Amino acid sequence: MSGSGGGVGKFLKEWIFTIDHKRVGILYLIGSLAAFAVAGLMAMLIRVELSSVGPTITDPNTYNVWLYFHGAAMILGFQIPALTGFFANWLIPLQIGAKDVAFPRLNALSLWLFWMGIILALLTFVVPNPPDIMWTGYPPYSILSPGNTAFYTFTVLIMGFASIAGGVNLITTIIYMRAPGMRWGKLNMFVWCTMAAFCIQLIFVPILGTAVTMVSMDKYLGTTFFSPTSGGDVLLYQNLFWFYSHPAVYVILLPVLGIIFDIVATFARNRIFNYKVAVYGGVGGITLVSGEVWVHHLYASGMPNWIRVGMMMSTLLISVPVGLCMLSIIGTLYRGAIEFKTPMLYAIGFIFLFLIGGLTGIPLALASLDIYVHDTHFIVAHFHYVMAVAGTFSIVGGIYYFWPKFTGKMYNETLGKLGFAVTFIGVNVTFFTMFFVGLEGMPRRYFDYAQMPQLEDGQRLVTYGAFVLAVGFLITLISWLHSLFAGKPAPDNPWGSKSLEWTTSTPPGPGNWPDVPNCEKFDPYGYGE
Amino acid sequence: MRRRFYPLISLLLVFVSAGISSAKSEEGHFPTTGEIPDPVAGFNHLWREVMIDITVVGILFALVTILLLITYRRKRAGQEGRPVKLSTAAMFGWAIIPVFIFMADDFYLGAKGWTLWNSYRTPPESSYEIQLESAMWSWKFTYPGGVETYNELKVPVGTPILVRMTSSDTVHSLFIPDFKVKEDSMPGRVTYLWFHPKKVGEHLITCAEYCGMLHSNMSGKVIAMEQGEFDSWLASEQAALTEGGA
Ligand SMILES: [Cu+2]
Repeated sequence: MSGSGGGVGKFLKEWIFTIDHKRVGILYLIGSLAAFAVAGLMAMLIRVELSSVGPTITDPNTYNVWLYFHGAAMILGFQIPALTGFFANWLIPLQIGAKDVAFPRLNALSLWLFWMGIILALLTFVVPNPPDIMWTGYPPYSILSPGNTAFYTFTVLIMGFASIAGGVNLITTIIYMRAPGMRWGKLNMFVWCTMAAFCIQLIFVPILGTAVTMVSMDKYLGTTFFSPTSGGDVLLYQNLFWFYSHPAVYVILLPVLGIIFDIVATFARNRIFNYKVAVYGGVGGITLVSGEVWVHHLYASGMPNWIRVGMMMSTLLISVPVGLCMLSIIGTLYRGAIEFKTPMLYAIGFIFLFLIGGLTGIPLALASLDIYVHDTHFIVAHFHYVMAVAGTFSIVGGIYYFWPKFTGKMYNETLGKLGFAVTFIGVNVTFFTMFFVGLEGMPRRYFDYAQMPQLEDGQRLVTYGAFVLAVGFLITLISWLHSLFAGKPAPDNPWGSKSLEWTTSTPPGPGNWPDVPNCEKFDPYGYGE
Repeated sequence: MRRRFYPLISLLLVFVSAGISSAKSEEGHFPTTGEIPDPVAGFNHLWREVMIDITVVGILFALVTILLLITYRRKRAGQEGRPVKLSTAAMFGWAIIPVFIFMADDFYLGAKGWTLWNSYRTPPESSYEIQLESAMWSWKFTYPGGVETYNELKVPVGTPILVRMTSSDTVHSLFIPDFKVKEDSMPGRVTYLWFHPKKVGEHLITCAEYCGMLHSNMSGKVIAMEQGEFDSWLASEQAALTEGGA
């Protein structure tokens, strides 16, 4: 791919100043994988620290910075940008038959903002007094903390701006730039899911931005939004924060589901089961309910009883649209012709991980049961299943799925499957064990558990699982590098998919198609018949 | 032709069996000690029920998925799926029936969770009230006469204990795993929880809301003692306090 003869500078210039949606997407991918690698390293350090009672490898201050970085980077630096940055940018114009996004320069701006955010986040490890306020940044601690809260605020704000610019851009693209004949009723599930995710981002990101800005104003400018001694309110922040951050879970979940839908349809050679219900009931339903459940994060925060009970019901009702989506995914297998390539294995892995994560959410939805496991390792295991690893399985599966198209190389199927198997085992050893550690009463964000020494065996097993998990991801990384340097050239449509992105040349050139395709007779899921 | 319906039938089976597993443990709801409800027993009961519910649903869902994966694996290269064409009625059926089942399960669990919630949030009339002020990184308990203890919550056995709490610096969370209770304490607001010690003994207290460097060291204990022992301890502390104050 690199240019020849003194072309390194030109090559870099071409990539850094690119306004091509595919290159922007790939640069998003590189940044988010870098965030994933560093945040993953933090996770390993955290697990080593917890593998025995007492200080193991560090002191509480350093440990708290690791926890902060792991959470903030995994969500804001890895999952959201990988999904709404890489997949959305790279894939949506290809799936709707557009030559690029609506505003290519705005797209480059959001990419640059994202990279600034990544760099700002990485500065955590260089500045004196790095932030130690967890990714939630609750005041008054974030105001009292000796750590540098401003880094948190500005990282969130910059990532937020990137997200808003990306959202405006891609929503416009989907509405106005579909190829002739690409009607709403036959869009790929990924397009629907991502559009819903961007709508959620546009509504809720400003609220997170407001909340974190108020924290830094309190800390550095002497305002008192969250200081009760001067008429402020501590709970205001928690409400604002979760008013965004619960919907953020669906900003991650929706594109994740979209990728799974498309992988399953392709490898089962089948139509999406009950497409309309999945779109209007499932995706639409999730979008509508996303903003009405945030108080379940505050069940133990002394909110009025009536709202805790109301949000308990709305939280339970999320099972309805999510259930409809899962029904369509599993239904797509019915009467299919399923081929078990690596991307499909990740999609199947997703179904099982998401099932465990989703079902363990039911006791958490009930305020009276949540009260015991709230803020314990149980909830850590739950959200890692449902969001962290289920989401990452979808991202990794999606990367494998589109790998031939965006790199032009095939990957090694054996290495891919081996990586999947090791990761899947590691995930379950780690997080299934963690449920039981949490049920024993182990609170989250603990540096030490001297008062509960009986948990050491369980904690150690979790740490062993985490190492298996890390080996699995390393195998995956090796398979990607192996493919980049030694992979066979990929054909245009290695999976025999009917979806529009596979009709381009591999890799797609500038403008994607020589002419905008006519989609009058096209159907992304037109299998069988 | 009939085969077309077997996913629907297996899905229905999932929920019917889940319903049965939940319903069979209906009796013996919330054993009470006299007038005082018992949230710990209620918790254990409902937790077990929900665990059975989700295990049954999870296993059946997983089995259906595995069955579909095996049945419809690709048997020859180039094989295509045979998509189901849903009639309008079938389309709505596949939406409305699952929605109904999901919602029925939701409302059923919601109702039970609500009942238990009420007993968690309604301290009995006869409760003995103790004030808590949390700080980085300790718990200060104040008894009705003004006696104070740090990190040790001494309580008489047989009396429901109501802890009213606030915080002098940041948000903490009083977590007593043995009594299945937890509530955040925070500056500027007064929150509460109650529990009912029935036996003499000690119970761990930990902080469940991140509060900085020594968050994980912020532990203490509930010491449940006989009423007589508690009264004489409180009286002697009270005397010491009055003497010191005079
Ligand atoms: Cu604390």
